[in-house]
Amino acid sequence: MADTMAASTTARARARGGRRLSAFLPGAPQLAAGRWGAGGLALLVWLGCLWVLVARLARVVEALGGSWDERLALATLVAALATVWGWSWWDAGRAEGPRRVGVSQWDLAVRAFSKNRTAVAGLMVIVVLYLIALLTPLLAPHDPALQGDLISERYVGLSGAHPLGTDQFARDVLSRLLYGARISLLIGFVSVGISVTIGTLLGAIAGFMGGILDGIIMRVVDMVISFPQLVLLITIIALFEPSIFLIVAVLGLTLWPGTARIVRGEVLTLREREFVQAATALGYSKRRIILRHLIPNALAPVIVAATLGIGNTIVLEAGLSFLGLGVQPPTPSWGTMVADGRNVLLNAWWLSTFPGLAIVFTVLSFNLVGDGLRDALDPRLRS
Amino acid sequence: MTQHEAAGAAKSAAKSAAKSAASSAATAAANSAAPSAAQSAARSAANSAAQSTEVEPLLAVRDLRAWFLTDQGVAKAVDGISFAVREGETLGIVGESGCGKTVTSLAILGLLPNPPARLMDGSSVSFRGQELVGAEEKRLRALRGNEISMIFQEPMSSLNPVFTVGDQIAETLRLHRRMDRKAAHGEAVRLLDEVGIPEPGRRVDEYPHQLSGGMRQRVMIAMAIACAPKLLIADEPTTALDVTIQAQILELLAELRRAHGMAVMLITHDLGVVAEVCDRVIVMYAGQIVESGTVEDIFVRPAHPYTRGLLASLPSVGTPGRRLASIPGTVPSPLHWPEGCRFRARCPSAGEGCERAQELVALGDGRAARCWRVGT
Amino acid sequence: MTRPVRGDAPRAEPAPPPTGRAAIDRNGPPLLEVRDLAKHFPVRRGSFGRVRAHVRAVDGVSFDLWRGETLGLVGESGCGKSTTGRALLRLIEPTGGDVRFDGQDVRALDRTGLRALRRRMQIVFQDPVGSLNPRLSVGAMLEEVLTVHGLGLPNRRDRAVELLERVGLSADHIDRYPHEFSGGQRQRLGIARALSVEPDFLVLDEPVSALDVSVQAQVINLLQDLQAELGLTYLFIAHDLAVVEHVSDRVAVMYLGRIVELAEASALYAEARHPYTRSLLSAVPRPDPVGRASRSRIVLEGDVPSPIDPPSGCPFHPRCPHPAKDASCRGIVPGLEGRAESGRGGERVGHFVACHHPYHGTPAP
Repeated sequence: MADTMAASTTARARARGGRRLSAFLPGAPQLAAGRWGAGGLALLVWLGCLWVLVARLARVVEALGGSWDERLALATLVAALATVWGWSWWDAGRAEGPRRVGVSQWDLAVRAFSKNRTAVAGLMVIVVLYLIALLTPLLAPHDPALQGDLISERYVGLSGAHPLGTDQFARDVLSRLLYGARISLLIGFVSVGISVTIGTLLGAIAGFMGGILDGIIMRVVDMVISFPQLVLLITIIALFEPSIFLIVAVLGLTLWPGTARIVRGEVLTLREREFVQAATALGYSKRRIILRHLIPNALAPVIVAATLGIGNTIVLEAGLSFLGLGVQPPTPSWGTMVADGRNVLLNAWWLSTFPGLAIVFTVLSFNLVGDGLRDALDPRLRS
Repeated sequence: MTQHEAAGAAKSAAKSAAKSAASSAATAAANSAAPSAAQSAARSAANSAAQSTEVEPLLAVRDLRAWFLTDQGVAKAVDGISFAVREGETLGIVGESGCGKTVTSLAILGLLPNPPARLMDGSSVSFRGQELVGAEEKRLRALRGNEISMIFQEPMSSLNPVFTVGDQIAETLRLHRRMDRKAAHGEAVRLLDEVGIPEPGRRVDEYPHQLSGGMRQRVMIAMAIACAPKLLIADEPTTALDVTIQAQILELLAELRRAHGMAVMLITHDLGVVAEVCDRVIVMYAGQIVESGTVEDIFVRPAHPYTRGLLASLPSVGTPGRRLASIPGTVPSPLHWPEGCRFRARCPSAGEGCERAQELVALGDGRAARCWRVGT
Repeated sequence: MTRPVRGDAPRAEPAPPPTGRAAIDRNGPPLLEVRDLAKHFPVRRGSFGRVRAHVRAVDGVSFDLWRGETLGLVGESGCGKSTTGRALLRLIEPTGGDVRFDGQDVRALDRTGLRALRRRMQIVFQDPVGSLNPRLSVGAMLEEVLTVHGLGLPNRRDRAVELLERVGLSADHIDRYPHEFSGGQRQRLGIARALSVEPDFLVLDEPVSALDVSVQAQVINLLQDLQAELGLTYLFIAHDLAVVEHVSDRVAVMYLGRIVELAEASALYAEARHPYTRSLLSAVPRPDPVGRASRSRIVLEGDVPSPIDPPSGCPFHPRCPHPAKDASCRGIVPGLEGRAESGRGGERVGHFVACHHPYHGTPAP
């Protein structure tokens, strides 16, 4: 009894110290406690955002009355700082260790995921990438569309003024890379978001209702899957003015059948589980059973597929842009940037190399996170 | 992860080992089928030496400790058990889920997956005088399915679905008994007939999914007795079966035991089954033996409070209406066995003296109970 | 068929309850009347899903159940006992027969009526793992039921705690998730969930089969306590004859989708009249090593036939060990015949057996 009292007193004392530290360096107490994933990410975001605030102070002030994406960047900056600081303060204040009771399946998955170092590293890269994409108006050294002196500033190599050089129109590659990140990440995220939502709902309905509805939905799935996606994309893009929204819509509306199949399969097995029968016996509506009892239990493989899907979509978009079917110039995108540099690869290697590396690292991170989630969410693999 | 899941993980590891056991028995190295002349000579010498003093048991397990090293800590699934199986007898090992009875049987055959399982120093399993703990895998394979064989609870997952039952029985025969294809097939038909499968000539060419649960268990038994083993380990052999089919299988096991003179180690949670077929019984709780004795000792004169509690909590045919005496609480987790007497928290007669770790107290005639009260 | 139908028997004092529990009033109408209940599952083959055959899972089951009573339903796997339980609640739509609950025609109910009915009829499942949604905490699970049915006001959480305490758990457990409980505790949670709508009638579908012996006793005692306190009516489905005898007032034995014998528990276990019941009883292993040598055991030959193509006549005849087995057993389906028990004049519950040659007056082995 005395032992536990003493232990809890020291724990409280440690928590007070942690709070004081977290007020200045969010993430540091978590790092000190050996939670390098959460602590490192918090510290990284905190220091990075502070750096932006100090180094780009003039632009931050300007952004107050700037365009919508400048204001969005500012809001992101404030939100990121506040979130990290608040989380670290709250987290450091929790005297006790991880909860022993009331641990949900999600909590268990988070615990398992945070033990997977490569996956956590991938997640850190992704979070930082999205932050950078949102903060780009504050970060980018130049306007991505601004053409320099076409005679003296074309194909300039890496230099102080242009850290990643310039392209054939004397535009700054780093700025274009940063703005390109917005396009790639946005398309990946939104189109997968659309396809997962459609796929989950249709898959769950098909699996739970069965019968004719199942037949119809699954035949539509077969049809969409059997239609060559690239041909569809090229046709639609040829018919309409290519734009980001069109690409997002086309990708979102063609990628859902995979999710629908996964969810239907899960729901078919879940439907036979007795808790679903118990829900029916308790007089729950079909809508409630699908939304509250089936979908949350079918979500694990969907989350994995979605994470891997974002990576695939980014590659797909880069491919389309490379072929000139995706994002149209002058809007920068990683795919068009690689394409622009391919003729001068030997003379101006930096044009294709950096966007190419950006694609590789981004997709790799998504795949690492996806694999980590697969392991963390699969109770069979948990030892 | 919680305690229950940790226990479950240990259990599922054990289960997967069990599944692979049937196939590993069949794929045992052919070159070690027959014991070498030197070995058998040594054995007969050992036997005669043993006979001069006392009859050596067929199987002697001493201080067996099988621990699972998990993320959550060390699960002491089997924590120091010793017992012997004599030639030709039926020994029942009974206990609730998580007591370590299945892990014990897998440990005997060296079938525990390592990692996470580890047999701790001092553990000893000796079969007809040969030490099995730390023995070469080749020697264990020669033993499995040959001198010691095993049948499991779920006959469907123990049989390979892509081969006919005849092929699977014949494979064992060809590996261990060096039979040619034709002889093995004929012997498979004879074995199916012996285990009471009607029309064995036709059934031998059927696939496992074409057979009923009871029939599949009979096929498993045919495979198990194919090499005339000295010891048959039956892990919950009738738990998945209906009561009338259970009666058939128990009857069959008893007949085969008489006909072949083999010893049977029956692992079950069903006290009724134990009472029907066993000669001696070991009751396990929390990784330890809490009581052992003849079947009459255990059922008529149970000494340990846990055994008494188990018997009292059985609703039995012929005595309705009586309120069941239940044992309060739940089985503890192998990650955190209680200090002192492991049954103390659930024991109706717990008191002073129970905070010490309990030793098995011998009560004469091979009876023993892990409770200090029985000795006084 | 000479089954008792409401109002056809003279009013009489009910027989003293056999087990010393609260008396069951069989003078009033039964709470549940089941007549010729059938569930035939179509077997579809080929890509166009043509129906090739029917699995006759439940094939004409009739019984009555009075308030406060426990009817045990026993049989081997595949005999249709679970399907019967689920068809009563229309978790599986029956394909034939009548179910009346408190006078209401259950099969005729529309969605609203069914929802109202499900506040009065509940089910507890066998699998303590699969019967609870792993993503919902205990509190969320119970509060959801209360919300859906507009119950438990003003404070649903208090009501949830009350329910937990009722089944022998405590308020500490309310924020935990199913995987944090042992098998027995999970079964208690399943019972708490079923009780949350304050039902009159519970289908208990193998509620203790997956539990360890010591825990099994705890749950059986809990179910009996709840029945006594709340006046619940149970249909207790199980394959374990000892458990069924222990909890039931009357017992129905099923074989291949039909009830082959239905009687008071004491009568059934003392002098079973159907050859199947007798062999079932004799096959139960008993924890009595001393008497094992003297027991004569009937070991049935073969397996249960397929319900797709059940045997002609009496479904049990291919395995029947009865010496008087004859052509009528192979040709004519025996009905569930009953007779007024002598010395129990006017008893509305008798001993019914579906056999051409039932045993008479000889105690079961």
